[in-house]
Amino acid sequence: MSRQAPIDYIERTRDQYAALGYPPYAWVHREDPPAHVPLSQPIQDSKLALIASGGIYRRGQIAFHFKDDFSYREISTDTPMNELRATHFAYDLRDAREDINVVFPLETLRRAVAEGQLGALGPRAYTFMGGIYSARKVEDILAPALADRLVRDEVDVALLVPA
Amino acid sequence: MSIIQAVNPPRAVFLDFPLGHTAGRRDETAEQDDIMRDTLAAFASGRPGQVTSLPYRWAASDDWKDAVMRPKPAGEQSSEKAGHEDDRVARFDTPQYQTGADADAADSTCPTCIFLNDTK
Repeated sequence: MSRQAPIDYIERTRDQYAALGYPPYAWVHREDPPAHVPLSQPIQDSKLALIASGGIYRRGQIAFHFKDDFSYREISTDTPMNELRATHFAYDLRDAREDINVVFPLETLRRAVAEGQLGALGPRAYTFMGGIYSARKVEDILAPALADRLVRDEVDVALLVPA
Repeated sequence: MSIIQAVNPPRAVFLDFPLGHTAGRRDETAEQDDIMRDTLAAFASGRPGQVTSLPYRWAASDDWKDAVMRPKPAGEQSSEKAGHEDDRVARFDTPQYQTGADADAADSTCPTCIFLNDTK
């Protein structure tokens, strides 16, 4: 059976835009070393925040829109799974709408806590809409706002799940 | 993978599944658990920027990758630019609810919906 390297989405986006007659999408390239902080205690003793960019919202919340939406939602980590929804323009939503864990692994993380692989979940998960065209809005506005929330929630680690 | 490398996060795991399956396959809880166990283990990684490729495969064949985001030649009647159809979803600027019932249930004052100001 054929084996292929991972899809180069940057290259494919460039090709798709060129084929449609659009100027190339300006992907972010970070050259500076990442802000890597070693764990201060084992992951089994750590409190984790789930952050997901797959357009997840809870029933009763205002859904995301598709045009540079850089708002976010707080979702209590004890939310019943059947109240979680997914909306997005850039991935096939069918499986996520049947089993939200494929893009928002909340139940998976609850099991990891129950089995002792993870210390605890933070009180809230945070979700936003991937596909924000303005990297500046993400970097200067959204990311610092989320970082403030993580400090408030006193979590040790954050797991970012794109879609 | 190319996006992970461009963004250069402190640590990452890469799962070679189609978009919309970042944390596993629908209803396959045992595999989802395995993926999460590997993911949590990567938090202990010592080298800044380390990307761990997970061993799971979406299908026996990787042929599913061929059609992803490949521009399709336009049909005869198409008037799209440069002879290709734009099959991307329109960028609606109003809330895109999963169901109409969700729209009805939405709280317009939603305290857990945080809309940030762009001061620039």
